[in-house]
Amino acid sequence: MSFLTVTYAVLFYAATAILIGGLAYKISVYARTPAPLKIPTTPAPTTTSGVVMRMGREVIFFESLFKSSKWTWLFGWMFHISLALVLIRHLRYFTEPVWFWVSWLQPFGKYAGFFMVLGLLGLWSRRVLVDRVRYISAPSDHLILALLVGIGITGLSMKFVAHTDIVSLKAFMLGLMYFDWQPLPADFNLLLHLLLVAVLMIIFPVSKLLHAPGVFFSPTRNQVDNPRETRHLAPWAAPLDSSSAE
Amino acid sequence: MADYETPKLLADVPVVVVPNIKPGAMSHSSPYVAKPDHNIPLGFPGELVENWQEAAIAKMGDILQKYRSIQVYLDSCVKCGACTDKCHYFLGTADPKNMPVARQDLLRKVYRRYYTFAGKYFPKLVGATDLTREVLDDWYSYYHQCSECRRCSVYCPYGIDTAEISMAAREILDSIGYGQKYCNEIIAKVHKIGNNLGLPGPALEATLEDLEDDIKTETGVDVKLPLDQEGADILLITPSADFFAEPHIDGLIGYAKVFHAAGLSWTLSSYASEAANFSMFIGSYDNMKRQAERIRKAALELGVKRIMVGECGHAWRAAYSFWNTLAGVGHGAAEDDKYARMLQKQLDPNYPVPQHICESTYDLIRSGAIKLDKSANDHRRVTFHDSCNVARASRMGDMPGGQFIIPREVIKAACNNFFDMAPETIHEGTFCCGGGGGLLTDDLMEVRVKGALPRMQALKYVVDEHKVDTLAAICAICKTQFAKVLPYYDFPMHMILSVHQLVGDAVILGSND
Repeated sequence: MSFLTVTYAVLFYAATAILIGGLAYKISVYARTPAPLKIPTTPAPTTTSGVVMRMGREVIFFESLFKSSKWTWLFGWMFHISLALVLIRHLRYFTEPVWFWVSWLQPFGKYAGFFMVLGLLGLWSRRVLVDRVRYISAPSDHLILALLVGIGITGLSMKFVAHTDIVSLKAFMLGLMYFDWQPLPADFNLLLHLLLVAVLMIIFPVSKLLHAPGVFFSPTRNQVDNPRETRHLAPWAAPLDSSSAE
Repeated sequence: MADYETPKLLADVPVVVVPNIKPGAMSHSSPYVAKPDHNIPLGFPGELVENWQEAAIAKMGDILQKYRSIQVYLDSCVKCGACTDKCHYFLGTADPKNMPVARQDLLRKVYRRYYTFAGKYFPKLVGATDLTREVLDDWYSYYHQCSECRRCSVYCPYGIDTAEISMAAREILDSIGYGQKYCNEIIAKVHKIGNNLGLPGPALEATLEDLEDDIKTETGVDVKLPLDQEGADILLITPSADFFAEPHIDGLIGYAKVFHAAGLSWTLSSYASEAANFSMFIGSYDNMKRQAERIRKAALELGVKRIMVGECGHAWRAAYSFWNTLAGVGHGAAEDDKYARMLQKQLDPNYPVPQHICESTYDLIRSGAIKLDKSANDHRRVTFHDSCNVARASRMGDMPGGQFIIPREVIKAACNNFFDMAPETIHEGTFCCGGGGGLLTDDLMEVRVKGALPRMQALKYVVDEHKVDTLAAICAICKTQFAKVLPYYDFPMHMILSVHQLVGDAVILGSND
């Protein structure tokens, strides 16, 4: 087994552990922390199914962002939808046989990569050109965009410029999953692509990428508007009642 | 205080132009600091404690464990910029720290430094900073340039609510003895006397008697404003401004006329003589609960069946969204919740608790229990200002958005000439009056005047377009703020009215005799 294969195998195990462990930790913190007051941004749904719909519109269509800024919505939505298609397409490197719906989405996923990079460049240009957005940008905001653009371009170059040895890559990935390591092709584009992906996985739980789980826990979006009908009480607030009851 | 000019209004457009940023434009703005007399009754240290840095960071940790909103919002912002042009204080001042995301970042950069891996080890990369005196003073300045109006939260893809962040920041500031005089002094008055104005029972009684005389003189009808009347059906909790001055007091007269015309049994309370709950503005759960419990206690003592709330924006948020949680003033407490059930079993399940005065008036109009003569307001051309806490933090009626429909239906039932302002400046997109969130104080006049700009621009458009001469509102803070800032923008001060003044002028008295 080459040094390169071992390095990448270890890197991916570590990155996966950090991604899953880190996200699980963060999600458990969000889930454990109570929301002591009813604070949905109104008008808000008055039923749980209404909240599911609201959250669905938020997560799938970016409803609030659409109200807010059409350009940011356009670039942001284009990026995220394309990313979803690209990720689905990548399932073919982790499944044997490939699931039918993954094959079905394959042609869309193939070209979605272009829109993904286009969306990212649109977002990045706003970050540079709009004075307000430039003001709020930290170095990490630019670097995350650079990272994602890097992943997109290295990925596209393997699909549309210089093909990599995809059969060996798939063997490597399946080998990682079944703890039966197979050699990784030493292709520069591929190695860079995989390295950047591993970095993305590692920074995910310690960066603003936490918006992905965060949105589901946002009290302004996930609470039912029924404070007059039901008494809502946080565990830490309940004892205050007895201490002050006459 | 630096000299400043009132921003200029544009011709023929309802919305202002988004300005280019001017860093530091409002860094001089800072309200008077609370003194020990204001702080101690609220349970806060009298003045800035010696170990403030350590104490502030510890308090932040405490809040992070108690409030999911803060934990999630400090982590989730991606700096997309969607909120950057949504705050009226940014639009009016161009100071970039008045952009919601930048205001949040004042707290977030300290959170990152002390509570996140990235900020501990790579502070420069993620924009994390130590909590220095300079940062603390920035907090004090800019968290008192936020009216907690939640407009930004409507437009944020994650629903990040800067109001929550400002409340948390003010809670931290209070916990180290660096609170704001205006809010804390007022809250201390409520704890001691029962209302923001510090109006004691006898003075209140005298005021109400005077008002009864005024109504009698004006209409010839004996309209009562009962106080502390045990066994009344309805307890009305209204902002104490309603007892004090124009245009508020005409709203109170309006409520009384409606109750009279409908033949309802009601009372005010001298113990719970305040609907406002400024403890919400400073994010203090304990003080907010103490204030809300005055309403619970008064309702229990008076034995009322219904609890109604007068025209006040943040008070309606506190009442609608929080009273049930804080003091069991609502319905639906669990079987074993003795504390809440003590009051709830006394309340009439056929009515929402608390109920907004507009909800009640709307029902009375629809059921024909009161009759209005619209022509009484024919000399007025009216528009309506959606108050932020009503619009984005509460509801009226039984369907989402009822808080927009019901006040408008009440107005339209009371007058013939109604014109809405531009769609992007009303309903959930409404612009704050500029004086909410504990900023309604003379030491913040510049930020109040400039923050009113987007609302004034929308108003100018309907004034020019439809000859509107009356701005109706259902919030004591909005009314006070408008009375003060309208003249800065060359509008007459008296164009601001209570919705229930319009109703009071139109309602036909004696129809129930």
